[in-house]
Amino acid sequence: MPMVIDASKCTGCLLCVRVCPYAGIEVEEKTPSLTESCTYCGACVAACKFDALKLERPPKEQTDTSLYRGLWVLAEHNGERLASVTLELLGEGQKLAQRIGEPVSLALLGHNVEHLIPRAAEAGADKVYLVQHEVLKDYRTGPYTDVICGLVERFKPEIVLYGATSQGRDLASRVAARVNAGLTADCTGLDIDPEDRLLKQTRPAFGGNIMATILCRHARPQMATVRPKVMRKGDPRVGATAEVTDVPVNLDEKAVLTKIVEIIREQRRAVNLAEAAIIVSGGRGIRKAENFALIADLADALGGALGASRATVDAGWIPAYHQVGQTGTTVQPKLYVACGISGAIQHLAGMQSSETIVAINIDPHAPIFKVATYGIVGDLFEIVPALTKAIRELS
Amino acid sequence: MNVVVCIKQVPDTTEVRIDPVTNTLVREGVPSIINPFDENAIEEGIRLVEKHGGKVTVITMGPPQAEEALRRALSMGADEAVLISSRAFAGGDTWATSYVLSRAIRKLGDFDLVLCGKQAFDGDTAQVGPGVAEQLGIPQATYVIEVEIDGKRMRARRVLEDRYEVIEMRLPALITVVKQINEPRHPRLKNVMAAKKKAIPVWGPDDIEADPSLCGLDGSPTNVVRTFLPERHHEGEMLQGDTEAVVTRLVGKLHKLELV
Repeated sequence: MPMVIDASKCTGCLLCVRVCPYAGIEVEEKTPSLTESCTYCGACVAACKFDALKLERPPKEQTDTSLYRGLWVLAEHNGERLASVTLELLGEGQKLAQRIGEPVSLALLGHNVEHLIPRAAEAGADKVYLVQHEVLKDYRTGPYTDVICGLVERFKPEIVLYGATSQGRDLASRVAARVNAGLTADCTGLDIDPEDRLLKQTRPAFGGNIMATILCRHARPQMATVRPKVMRKGDPRVGATAEVTDVPVNLDEKAVLTKIVEIIREQRRAVNLAEAAIIVSGGRGIRKAENFALIADLADALGGALGASRATVDAGWIPAYHQVGQTGTTVQPKLYVACGISGAIQHLAGMQSSETIVAINIDPHAPIFKVATYGIVGDLFEIVPALTKAIRELS
Repeated sequence: MNVVVCIKQVPDTTEVRIDPVTNTLVREGVPSIINPFDENAIEEGIRLVEKHGGKVTVITMGPPQAEEALRRALSMGADEAVLISSRAFAGGDTWATSYVLSRAIRKLGDFDLVLCGKQAFDGDTAQVGPGVAEQLGIPQATYVIEVEIDGKRMRARRVLEDRYEVIEMRLPALITVVKQINEPRHPRLKNVMAAKKKAIPVWGPDDIEADPSLCGLDGSPTNVVRTFLPERHHEGEMLQGDTEAVVTRLVGKLHKLELV
């Protein structure tokens, strides 16, 4: 039993019961006990002010962690350019790696991608592990996993960071399962302790209602996917070069289980909410599908993407790929403008980490105002067009 | 074809409220539901079997009350269900969970397709599906919006940030589905009654021949060491006045933040 309960310290305040996301703890007569639902998430331990609860982790020395050194970033690119999340990770990686006196390496897989190296070096890559092969031209789970796992086994990085994109999540989960590494999804904060060299990985859980800090004590590498737009690109290191290690691989297209039949880049699909710096969203308050034109117009004036609440998607006013929220896309733009959105918890969970939030709603009690940086109570049919016009005039 | 669907029971977070005084989650009266994306996975499994024949087995790893979720899956039309439940599985991270699910799938015998939702509502990691595929040593297609089976081959359309991708692979394979793949059916009353009577076996570590040191908290490479409430936005500012006044003030604020 990894939870140690000291009933003599319990005051019966029930704070543990209130913070538990899983109804996993009960207190009767100042004696806490765990229920079947306990997941050992530790929420109660953090909440208890009287040290009545403690999680005990069994020691597990499986891996000689001292064999693993250096911080790696997995490159994501489209053959022409590195994804901005990769540049962000190189910038953040520099800050982290300096704390433990290690270089930052980029693992770059693809076909004819050497031209991406100078930009990577500028963004923070001290070294590049370059793996080029025709089979690696477009991302596919199988061959990419095989190559990365091989690199990890051979070069033994202590930390590997991926973008929390569909590709990064697809790949990192697979690699972690194979090399028995710890993997933390969707981190919004990273820190490193120079003493024990452990990566402190912070992520939102439970729809953003709780933040959790996660450690991977014994398994190596310590791996994390990091949300786009959370970390900052460093100042470009002008003229910096990276030490390139060419890693030859032996791949056979015939041995690859997955074939890409086609890739369709649709103009209207290019909403890419997860990457957008500015998002303007419409909710039920816009009343009908045609009125999304107003919202789209403001998005256009701001140079942002068009978002939508679940209610409007469910009503069939707009395609689902515009949906912001827990069941849609979780976003974290610099500016989020919510027009006629009341702010259901699943919507808030998907956008409340935005840097600046503007809410326009006719109902002064709408929950969206609780997370808004600037709130306007009023008729969006007046305010939105006026705002669009004012912004156009300014620029 | 034999289809296995992995599901998770989660609290219905759309119903979760924050206590304004203690700033903590209010859980009283919050119902448990099948993770919404997993309902799409169940639906897709049932449709595939309706079309190609075979059976759908739904499994979940969780506490005893997760049986409710399995009953609902049965009432939707799944043929069989297995609950994977033991204290030894508690506290597992995505690695340990993938391991346990993969052991259970192996125990079920031959399978052609494993279906999962793209991610769970509460954890949001999207890591367990690919983890299971890796532990089973089969190919995967994540974020699938459309799937076609032709004999021993599968064609899947994936929806990614800025594109669709159509990929083909041999079965057995694992797919994770997005919400737009289908509209899950509502159980018919007749099926609800039948589902109530169906036996749901409960499997522990021995039943699935799992190494206890790889399950639950012990088998998890990652550990949560601290949880805390997110910093809420500093007190928001309500802009007052007529339309012209509020628009002018807002544009001024945004300009100052270099957003316009």
